[in-house]
Formats: sequence, C-alpha cells, structure tokens
Amino acid sequence: MTAVQERRAVAVATGVAAPPTARRRRPIALSVGAVLVGGWVLIAAFWPYLAPYDPQRQHPTLRFAAPSGAHWLGTDQFGRDTFSRMLAGARPVLEIAPLATGLALIAGTLIGLLAGTCGRWVDELIMRVLDAVLVFPAIIASILFVAMLGRSVTVLVLVIGLAFVPIVTRSVRAATLVERQQPYVEAALLRGEPLWSLMLREILPNISRTVLVEATSRLGDAIFAAATLSFIGLGQQPGSPDWGASVSDNRAYLQNAPWTVLSPALAIASLVIGVALVADSLRARLDAR
Amino acid sequence: MTGLLVDGLRVSFDTRRGPVHVVDDVSLDVPRGATLGVVGESGSGKTTFGRALARHLPSNGRVLDGHISVDGTDVLALSPRDLRAWRARELAVVHQEAGATLDPSMRVGAQLAEVLGQQDVARDARRDRVRDLLSAVRLPDPDAIARRYPHELSGGQQQRVVIAAVLAARPSLVILDEPTTGLDASVEAEILALLEDLRRDLDATLVLISHDLGLVGQICDEVVVLYAGQVVERGAAADVLTTPRHPYTAALLASAPTFGVPRRQRRLLAIAGTPPDPAAPPPGCRFAPRCAFADDTCRADSPPARVVDGRTVRCHHAELLDLTATARPGADAPVPRPGSLLQLNGLTRRYGSLAVVDDVTLDIAPGEVFGLVGESGSGKTTLARAVMGIGPRPRSGTMRLSGNALAPVLRRRGRAVLRRMQMVFQQPDTTLNPSHRVRTVLARALETLDGTDSVETLAARAQLDAALLDARSTDLSGGQKQRVAIARAFAGSPDLVVCDEPVSALDVSVQAGVLEVLADERDRTGTSYLFISHDLAVIGYLADRVGVMYRGQLVEVGATDDVLSGPHHPYTAALVLAAQRRERRRSATPPAQAAIATGCRFAARCPHHLGDVCAEQPPPLRTVAEGHQVRCHLPIDQLPKGTA
Repeated sequence: MTAVQERRAVAVATGVAAPPTARRRRPIALSVGAVLVGGWVLIAAFWPYLAPYDPQRQHPTLRFAAPSGAHWLGTDQFGRDTFSRMLAGARPVLEIAPLATGLALIAGTLIGLLAGTCGRWVDELIMRVLDAVLVFPAIIASILFVAMLGRSVTVLVLVIGLAFVPIVTRSVRAATLVERQQPYVEAALLRGEPLWSLMLREILPNISRTVLVEATSRLGDAIFAAATLSFIGLGQQPGSPDWGASVSDNRAYLQNAPWTVLSPALAIASLVIGVALVADSLRARLDAR
Repeated sequence: MTGLLVDGLRVSFDTRRGPVHVVDDVSLDVPRGATLGVVGESGSGKTTFGRALARHLPSNGRVLDGHISVDGTDVLALSPRDLRAWRARELAVVHQEAGATLDPSMRVGAQLAEVLGQQDVARDARRDRVRDLLSAVRLPDPDAIARRYPHELSGGQQQRVVIAAVLAARPSLVILDEPTTGLDASVEAEILALLEDLRRDLDATLVLISHDLGLVGQICDEVVVLYAGQVVERGAAADVLTTPRHPYTAALLASAPTFGVPRRQRRLLAIAGTPPDPAAPPPGCRFAPRCAFADDTCRADSPPARVVDGRTVRCHHAELLDLTATARPGADAPVPRPGSLLQLNGLTRRYGSLAVVDDVTLDIAPGEVFGLVGESGSGKTTLARAVMGIGPRPRSGTMRLSGNALAPVLRRRGRAVLRRMQMVFQQPDTTLNPSHRVRTVLARALETLDGTDSVETLAARAQLDAALLDARSTDLSGGQKQRVAIARAFAGSPDLVVCDEPVSALDVSVQAGVLEVLADERDRTGTSYLFISHDLAVIGYLADRVGVMYRGQLVEVGATDDVLSGPHHPYTAALVLAAQRRERRRSATPPAQAAIATGCRFAARCPHHLGDVCAEQPPPLRTVAEGHQVRCHLPIDQLPKGTA
C-alpha cells in the first residue's frame, strides 16, 4: 500500500481531514506593487520637475547617444533624452487607463447587476448582446472607432472602457446571481423593494469584493491596452513621449540603440506588474476574510 | 487502566487578541465499552474537546495542560509517527458531514477495503468483508452500494458507510461529532440504532458530542455538560438528564420542547443572555450572569468541581437549589377564528417532471398555527415558497387569501397582498443583508410594508436589545439574527407569516427564546403561521393543526392532538415513534432509492403494508374524525394508534 493510499485510509477510518492552513498574507508583494504603482503615479503628476531635459527637445548632434552621466538612459534618433521621455510617457497611460477602467466598472457593474437581478429574458438579452460584442475583435473595433472619431484621450478612454464592459459585466452578473439566491434578497422581494433598491441597496454592497478585484485586474489590462493602441499608432499624436509609441518609433533601432526600446518597454512592464501585485494581494486578502 | 481518562485538560487558541481558553480544566473517565455524551451549546468547547482527544487541533490550537489516556496510551506524549499509527489503529471519528469524510473520487467499497488493508486483512478476503460490513450497517444490496461513489448515496447512507469504516477499523475510541445533525428524524432513528449496535459489537469507548439532549439521553451511559469550556455537571446520563443539579443543565432541559407537550401545558424557558466571551470569561462562576439563582458568591468566586448527589457539579449551591422551579406553566393560546385565511386547492409545483408538491389541498384559519412536518425532500419548503409566490414554475392549483384569488407569482401580487404575507427563513446567517445594520433592516421593512411602529418598538417586541440596533447584522448571534428576521416579518402587521424551519439551525437554549417570540407575536396580533419543521416536538409545542407531508403529498392533516396521538398514517406513526423514543424502526432496511410507485408513496417503507393494493393503487383520503384526514388504504380502525 502506498503512502498516499495509507493516508487516505487513515483519513477514512479516523475522519480526520487536514487542518485548514492559515492563509499566508503577502505583505512583500503588496508593498512592492504599491511602490511601483505609487512611484509611477507620482512621476506622471510631477515629471516636469523630475525630468532632467525637455522630452521633446531634439539634439541633432547627439543622436543615439549611449547611456552616460549626462543622459542616464541615452538618447534616441532625434537626440531626445530617453530618460526624460520615459518619465513624461507615464502621464498619458495613467490618464487613459484609470478613466477607461472607471468607465468599464461603472457600466459593467450596472449592467451586470441588472442582468443578474432581473434574470429571465432581460438577463438573456443582455448576455447575448455582450457575447456579440465580445466576438468582434477588439483591435479592429478600436481601429474603426479611432478612424471614425479621431484621436483623443476621450476616444481612447471610450474605446478601452467599452471593450472591458462585457468582462466586468460577466463577473458582476455571476456574483449577483449568487447573492440573488440568498434569503435576504428574497425577503426584500417579498416586501416589494423596487428593482433599483434591490440592485444598489441590497446586492451591490455585498458584491463589492468582486467589483474591487475587477477594478484592479481591469486597470492592469487597461494600461496594456493603452500601450498597445499607441504602439499601433492609434494613441497620441506622433512624436509624443508615450510608451507604446516610443517602443513603436524605435523598434527599428533595437540592435544599435536597445535603450530606446527597452526603457519604455520596461516602464510598461513595471507598471503592469505593480498593478498585478496589488491586485493579487488584494484578492488574497479579501478571500481570506 | 482501560477506557478513556482525561485529567485537567486545558486547550487554548492563539488569536489576535491573545490566547483564548476554549477547554478549561476538563477531567473525566469512561470505562471501555461505555458511551460518554458531551453536551453543550455552540461555543461551549465540545468540538474542540473532541478534536483534542484525537490530538487534531487547528494550527492555532494548543493543549496547555492535562493528560489524555486511552487504554493506557498517553495520547499527548506520542511522537508524530506513533500518533499516526495510533490514530490508524485505535481511533475513529464520525463527523456531521459524512459526505466530506469520504473520498469523492473513490468507490465506497474501495475505501472500505483500504481500511481493511490497514487491519492486515488479506487482499482476496477484503471483498467479502466489505460486503459483510455494508450489510452490518443495514445498507440494502451491499454489492451495488460498494460500487457506488459517495455522491451517489444519500446523507444517511453516507453516514452508514462511515460507520462501516469504523467497524472495519475496530478502534478503541470512537468520537462521534454530531453524527445525526442534518439527517431526518426517521433516518436519525436508524443511525442511532446502528450506533447502539456498534457499541455492543465493538467494545470501544464512544464519545458522542451533541447539542441534542434527547439523543445523548438515549444512548449514553455518562454525560458531561460543558459550559464555556468547563464541565459544569458530570454523571450518569439517567441522573443528570432527569434530576439535574446544575442550574445550567436544568435550564437547558427546560428550554427544549418535549414531544407531546404543547405550549398550553408548559411554556419553554429560554436561558437569558448569551454565553460569555471566551477571551474574557466572568470572574466567578461562568454561568452566573445568566443564572436565576446567582448571588454574590457566585459572581465573585469560581466554584470548584464537587461531588453532589452522585455526580460532579461545578456550582456553589448545588445541594440547596430547587431546580424544579425553572418549569413555567402553560399559556392560554388564542383560539383560531372562524373562516379561512389561506386556502390551497390542488396546489402542484414541478421541477421538470417531478411533482415536488403534488395536489396539496389545505385551509388555514385566521389566527391559526398550521404546522407542516416531513423529512427533507418532502416538498414542505417548496410548498411554503409557492405560497409566497417564489419557486418553480410548471404550476397548477389555486391559492386564495381571505377568499380572493392569490396570484401564483410574486410580481403579480399587489402591495396590499405583499404586506399581508411575510416569511421567516431557515438560515440565520443569510436571512439578513450582511452589509446592513439592524436599524436599516427594520427601517426598510417598516417603510416598504407601511408599518406604523417605530424601529425601537419593533425590536422590543422581538425582545431585541435596543443596543443591538446599530450593530451590523454579521455581528449578531444566530438567535439574535432570527429575532431581527421575525421583527422584520412583523413590520407591517401581516395576516400570515410563513416560517420555514425558523429554529432548526439554532441551539436549544436559543431556540426556546425564538419560539416564544413567535408565540407571543401570534398571541398579540392574531397572525396565522404556516410553520414548517422536521421536529415533531417543536410542531407539537406550537401548532393548532398539523399536516404531514411525504414525497410531495399531504398524507395526513388534522388537529395536533389527533395527529400525534393517532390513529394516524403509518408514516406519521414512524415519525412519532422516532420522536418519542428515538427507537429503532420496526421495518428492516429502507428500500434502495424506491421509485415513486403508482400507489402509495410510503408503501415500500410501510410496516403496515397490505400487499399489492398499496403498491399499485393511490390510497384514498379517509376522514378519521371531524377535520382529521389520512391518505391510506388501511381501514380507519386498523390505522396505527399512538403509544403515548
């Protein structure tokens, strides 16, 4: 008899299951994530005071300068300071991503609550419409939207936000359906609470964890989406220090001047990782409760 | 020394607020072959005590002090390796949730064979032994059962398999932690009978942990009563449970409804207050703050355990107290008014092709408490939900409220109808919105149901402390939550309140308080109840009339006394028997997943089976007496009579 079998046999005979192990908190992950995110937020707000050079100023004599004491992360094809451009590039991303996440969250939560609370044909209708939206490739949709409406922060926020609405809706609906079965909701139905009251007063406070976890997860995705859109040229005006655009502009020079690509790429990665670390710790903490 | 010996056991849990003593100075000895009952409310430390015996505490639990010996083995001194061997050979634990004990991915027979492997039973002999074991626990068709997976068995069958595993392991100590809680009365009776056999065959020490005094009284030789981690009374079960010497034991007994004793005869007495915070127990006797007899000595000095009247009691005044004074005389219940409040006619509700509620016809008078009993799956909850307008579609039959047609779905009922009908749910933990404060819950109910009382009055009527109004509902105890739920239901002066097992998730002492709140509300407002319970004692205590449901059908309906004392339906007789003596049922094994026969649904389990007529023809509804009807083929004079 193998050890595993033996253990199982003992468990059957004695009815003793493994004791629940205390959930490990991850303070390190949380603090690293918080430092990364917080750092980039501060940089986005105060980069004009932190950047050693004007990110747009060109130096025809200093093209592709390697990292040095004067230019910590070197310069690009126009002799612009890569480090300053990296700092300045934080702002567009951190404007677009949180706004887009907020939009997705508000719309997704309301629609998800509505679908989950009403049930029946309302639910069916909403979910089928969202399925149809999800089937449509997000990138192509974005290109169409930007082509129609032109480039602006508002359009980017709308495009990214709307693309995430179905995802938020699904999570919120699933959580709502669970709460919907609870006697406290039935009690509210039995005393004739109106629909909005059921949704916002009774159910919403109890699915706030789901909404919070969605918020952090979608924020990470939105940062990535913003960078992607600007990489394929749908973001800010050409020449802006935006990270996605910088990677795109300099990718031809990857072999000769890798710093021009690596700096914005690592900036994106660190911000996304920071958000993901915060999201994971938050989720673990909420689950443990 | 054989048997179980526990001396000065102290167990603490490390919490954020520091160590909490959950088991405090527990000493006892039980000879081998005897059965010890451990009773107490939730939070009394009884489960922790059981886990300490198995040396299986949660990771933050520690045995601070004390000694546990089983047949001379010092359990606390065993090395991890020896402990494992000891558990495998000498210990068995039966939990409340049998389904969680069994491996869901292994066939039942294979799991039992593994246990036999531990006992060095030869491989080729195991199959026969497995069959023997499964028939020893009276499972029908052992070979078929052995091939099933745990999820293919009912809760009662799973518990039998676990007991078979205990038999296979031949341990010297068996810990039974609420083994029948959650099982139906008739199934419980069968499991109990099995446990008694087990005890006879096994020559092991049994420790039965339960909140159920009746259960403990029936199969235990000795009993310890735990309160706040301490043994307050210990002695022979027959003595402790009939002539208690500790006020807490007496109060527990006075708070449990007795089968066949209605509220008119003797009112339940709830124990005031709540058990102490284990992190900060009161300085003197731990029961003093809730004790009717406490004086300054009790509040100042912790009483020692003393031998009084043949048992160990932890009370300063054990000799002097006249505990019979805790009984409370009966109450005059208002008589139901003439007329009809709720009328169900041929009500049917289906899940797919299965009729969960099948052609139910009944009438509830204004001011009447109509009790509905039946095992789980009998359709009583579905019936209640159908009345409230929630639950499954395919529906037929009609409902009337005060003569006016009642829409089958909630959405089609007007506000006036909503206000007249309210519901109290079973699970205290989910009945209140966890994000709301008590005040919010009650205020919403008053607003939506057009209540005229203030939140404070409403709370006071449910005997809720006004200080609790600003507590979050998650911070309340189970009994407090149910009181809030009752207060909420009564916010708009309803005519009918449907109570779906409102006390079955509560401790006995708390149960009494909630039942009394319900009874008081009825006395004051003349509201009718459709009161659902699986517990005949509770039904008998409160109900004016009783309906008995079996597999979706109402098999009997009549005045409470008539139904309980008989002549009654054979199924009612089985329930009554289980409630009265919790005695083994006469019928042998229940049938394997009996299909719904064309005839009587109870035929396959019925000890009065008449032959083919029962299996093939639907039984007639016979009128035994005015307002007392039984759905049975037996002639009225042959229906089983009560043994009361």
